[in-house]
Amino acid sequence: MDKVRGLGDFALFTGRSLGAVLATRRLWTRVARAVYEQGFRCLPVILIVGTFTGLVLGLQGYYVLNRFGSEALLGVLVSLSLVREMAPVLAALMLVGQAGSALAAELGIQRNSEQIAALDTMGISSCGYLVTPRLLAALFVFPAQTALFVAVGLWGGSLSGSLLLGLDPGVYWSSVQRAVESEDVFECLLKAVTFGLLTMSICAYQGFHAHRIRGATGARAVSAATTKAVVISSIAVLAADYVITSFLI
Amino acid sequence: MTTPLQNGSKTGGPRRNFLLEVDDLHKRFGPHSVLRGVSLGVPRGTLFTVLGPSGAGKSVLLKCLANIEKPENGRISFDGRTLDFRNHAARDSFRRRCSFLFQGNALFDSLTALRNVALPLEQTTSLGRGEIRVRALEALEQLELSDYANHYPGMLSGGMQKRLALARAIVTQPEMVFFDEPTAGLDPLRRNAVFAMIAKYQALFGFTALIVTHDIVEALVASDRVALLHQGEICFCGTPDEFASSAHPVVQSFRDSPAALRSTLDGLRCGVDAPEQS
Repeated sequence: MDKVRGLGDFALFTGRSLGAVLATRRLWTRVARAVYEQGFRCLPVILIVGTFTGLVLGLQGYYVLNRFGSEALLGVLVSLSLVREMAPVLAALMLVGQAGSALAAELGIQRNSEQIAALDTMGISSCGYLVTPRLLAALFVFPAQTALFVAVGLWGGSLSGSLLLGLDPGVYWSSVQRAVESEDVFECLLKAVTFGLLTMSICAYQGFHAHRIRGATGARAVSAATTKAVVISSIAVLAADYVITSFLI
Repeated sequence: MTTPLQNGSKTGGPRRNFLLEVDDLHKRFGPHSVLRGVSLGVPRGTLFTVLGPSGAGKSVLLKCLANIEKPENGRISFDGRTLDFRNHAARDSFRRRCSFLFQGNALFDSLTALRNVALPLEQTTSLGRGEIRVRALEALEQLELSDYANHYPGMLSGGMQKRLALARAIVTQPEMVFFDEPTAGLDPLRRNAVFAMIAKYQALFGFTALIVTHDIVEALVASDRVALLHQGEICFCGTPDEFASSAHPVVQSFRDSPAALRSTLDGLRCGVDAPEQS
């Protein structure tokens, strides 16, 4: 029963935060700041993880395809794996680890130090001021970071397939071009937007309600809320990925 | 015993002069009942202090009044109108007319002093950026913080942070300011300074101040009226002079606690000294 109530409360929290778009003043300044926090600061981790994912995909894919004499299809394997599954999921997990955990911890500390209560007593919507900009920013940042992940992943695949293993770069890139269709890009972006909204809402919800954590107060409550936010968000990404894939496949 | 409201009416003027009235307020956390029918009236333009020992429910009372906590039962009236916090328009209107000063100041550490003070104006009024800046700087100047406008709260001393929080509270020109334990954790000199600051700005700006504290000496000197909260109930409400001469046993024990401590310690010392002498 508590789980159902929690889900309802989470849905209301997300709805209230999105509904505050029209009522929050000077929202876009805060959105820009949130885009910087979520996007710019997470750039290195996206670039590094994207590159290595592409490198590993290229390496594994080349040797598997080589068994069937189909090395020329390496571009297809790397691009479709990245665009349909790996880029949205891994980029979301990286963003949860960096931006989501920071958001949960920040809101938890603000709850602890009564900053959220202070906003409420000033007649300022705490959801609108603190959460709405982060959710809106996620709608831009997650697709952009996912696209970047795909780009560097493809480059990584080309690096291991062509430069290290001797596949003709023209063959690799032309198979990439032939393999990726608009439906794949749509699926990729849909997943990115969904994961962004879902994970940032979960992280914000956990941090915002850090005072409700049972058996912990103060710094321990913030720590517990942050851990919970990352764990639930990661599971939610994988579950949502399965649901979206099963509908679109 | 007279109820606090009746008591207040007798000594503090007619009831219509109350800016804030609380009637039979109840609040519990699980099985623990914190407020058990609190009733009091805060006259307009006064500095009203709710005294009480730690754990008496003072902060909970203040948070119920500011709608941070939701009471189970009771009536809160502001300026003659009963507040219904479920009505968003009424709640927002009440919040625009009141400010709350938190025990830990609740300043935004990522915002400068100027932006902290400007925040309520930016978010709740339609004033232009220039006007907001002027008003925020004015508030900082009144609190003698204009040299620190671009400092972050973490760069300010405890007293300055308290003044900054007060500047943020008064920038919207509220009719009432709630102070939650404004002197908690401060030494006696700073406690005096904070009470003096509150009294000074209360006189200057004319807002009604409701303070909860357990600092009895400072409260009796600075306040116009005091109430004593004991075990979730108001057991005394009146002027500081009435408090000083009250024969109510709870008031006496709270008021005379330093003397009682002295007497206990004297007794202990005598007991310890006696065997040594023998």
